[in-house]
Amino acid sequence: MREPTVTNQPWHRHSLAQLTLVRFREFIREPEAIFWTFMFPIILAMGLGVAFRNKPADVVTVGVVRGTPAGDSLVARLAHAPGLRVDAMDDSGAARALRTSDVALVAVAAPSGVEYRYDDTRPEGRSARALIDDALQRAAGRVDPVKVSERKVQEKGSRYIDFVIPGLLGMNIMGGGIWGLGFSIVEARRRNLLKRLVSTPMRRHQYLMSFLLSRFFFLVLEIGVLLGCAALFFGVPVRGSVLQLVTVALLAALSFGGMGLLIASRARTMEGVSGLMNLVMMPMWVLSGVFFSSNNFPKVAQPFIQALPLTATINALRATMLQGAGWGAVAPSLAIIAAWLVVSFTIALRLFKWR
Amino acid sequence: MIFWRAVWIGLTGRRIRWCDEKWKSFAAPRTTGRIFVVLNAVKDLLSSQGAIMNSTPALRVEGLRKAYGDVVAVDGLDLTVGAGECFGLLGPNGAGKTTTIEICEGLTEPDSGIVEVLGRRWDSDEHALRERLGVQLQETQLSEKLTVDETVNLFRSFYSRGRDVNEVIDVVQLGEKRSARVGKLSGGQKQRLALACAIVGDPELLFLDEPTTGLDPQSRRQLWDLIIELRASGRSVVLTTHYMDEAEKLCDRVAIVDHGRVIALGSPRELIASLGAEHVVEFTTPDAPANSLDASTLGQLDGVTAAREKAGRWTLEVSELARAVPALLAALTARHLVLGELATHSATLEDVFVSLTGRQLRDA
Repeated sequence: MREPTVTNQPWHRHSLAQLTLVRFREFIREPEAIFWTFMFPIILAMGLGVAFRNKPADVVTVGVVRGTPAGDSLVARLAHAPGLRVDAMDDSGAARALRTSDVALVAVAAPSGVEYRYDDTRPEGRSARALIDDALQRAAGRVDPVKVSERKVQEKGSRYIDFVIPGLLGMNIMGGGIWGLGFSIVEARRRNLLKRLVSTPMRRHQYLMSFLLSRFFFLVLEIGVLLGCAALFFGVPVRGSVLQLVTVALLAALSFGGMGLLIASRARTMEGVSGLMNLVMMPMWVLSGVFFSSNNFPKVAQPFIQALPLTATINALRATMLQGAGWGAVAPSLAIIAAWLVVSFTIALRLFKWR
Repeated sequence: MIFWRAVWIGLTGRRIRWCDEKWKSFAAPRTTGRIFVVLNAVKDLLSSQGAIMNSTPALRVEGLRKAYGDVVAVDGLDLTVGAGECFGLLGPNGAGKTTTIEICEGLTEPDSGIVEVLGRRWDSDEHALRERLGVQLQETQLSEKLTVDETVNLFRSFYSRGRDVNEVIDVVQLGEKRSARVGKLSGGQKQRLALACAIVGDPELLFLDEPTTGLDPQSRRQLWDLIIELRASGRSVVLTTHYMDEAEKLCDRVAIVDHGRVIALGSPRELIASLGAEHVVEFTTPDAPANSLDASTLGQLDGVTAAREKAGRWTLEVSELARAVPALLAALTARHLVLGELATHSATLEDVFVSLTGRQLRDA
């Protein structure tokens, strides 16, 4: 055997650098992980953005029974009415169209004037009634006593897509922290790799640090990609400071990383840890206001809901992005996140089983 | 403290367990023994203060006990492994080998007992010790997405001093697989990679837990050659195995472990010689009525030292084959018994285990 060459340690062989590199390599060599981390939130945002887009004011279709001179004149009078499309049809056709909601209202010329046939429990029916009545009365010479003017306002930042993007970002930060740490650590324990690592002089805190460092790196990418797409396709604004946004995200990532560590501190099987993760994350998906405001839940539950780390994260992200709130406004949320961080790390490091 | 305890033990003449074999053999006469005990205590004191002598044992285990619930895995086990020695723990599955080696590796807390590795204790010197040890666990699945090169580099980064990564990869003959993913390696290649990770810190003491279990014969021989080379370069090796041929081939000394205790200790040659028989004769007598042969009669045949029967198959431990076989044939003829099978082989550690426990290593 050759005499071993004993070498000293160049900087790139530093164990923290190596451990962090391992995290990067394991992540980028797993195509599914890339999909779930980067593509899935974008696809979800697209889907929600399209489904809940603010549509232009609809044109209401009304039916007018033709065949009588009065009916035909009614069709002529309504031809240029704003917001209405007029279909001339015979009596039985009109009844059928009303039943199948092809028209919202049927107007019939009556000896004394006009008869409206519509379902007053349907919003389209009521708005058709208002529009057609306005048009007919004005055509007959009604003059409105109050002069009105209109300005149409559709502000960016108050649409559903603006609401849901910070929610998705918060959800992604939570998933990345809890899944990212939890699964990797339990997997390493299951494969006896943790035990093998602690049989070397590896500094244990460096192993845990490597997860947080790689999370930070990928988190900045995630924020960039998600907010970039949101700005590009939907014009979702970031009104507050980017530094504040990134600080909130990093603190939250650290906090959820601590929760991931806590969940993974003892579990030996993937099934066991998945169950625990769902137990922790499911309530927050529902309660913390990802897709709809957490204020929809009863008042008694509010103190609990507001204390959840995901609620605090999403509140701080929304305030920063949509209202342009400053540090003072997000401080309470940051305090809640930091409290979770301290508590989860303290318990996790105490419970953690390396062997 | 250590010093005075040692002196007291020495002067009261109590048997000492923690001096080397070499000292022990000299220590037969009572007075000389005491002098050596004192010398040994001084030596220990010096080494405990950092002046580490070559004769500090690589591993010293005394009265080790570990139970998991009701199951006693290790039951009062004593061992001393000299520096530069290749020491084997041989025993059936479940004998407590892995628990013992993991306690020595500082991965499992013993219930009681003393463990000193390279003259140091785990509770006071853990980090310094880890720098000097190489460990291969019984089953570690290294990350499958990393390459061979990346894996060895990672392990190298944990040690403040160690060997060149490329060189270590060459030593374990994975040079061609340097940039292959771990997931694509064969069982033998994975095991050699695990060995590379164990030696990349240039360890003084190497713990190998069943290094060849589950490998094909060629991969086993490849690993044996590597371990023999490591041993030749002056490293101490402690390995566990349930293959007696592995222990015979690799180990200077072997402790046969059963039910958490050492039941025999010595070089493979000594252990085999302790049978008092160099050969083993096995035979069957298919048509013999029950109890037509008994162990005490057969044991007294010329050249036979012991006889056993299990499931119709007789085993004789034989000192001289040339006298024992004619004597056996004559004894069978006298009883009008017909020989079914007859086989002989040179005695092995397997026979030692069988003679000590009445069970085979494989099915124990």
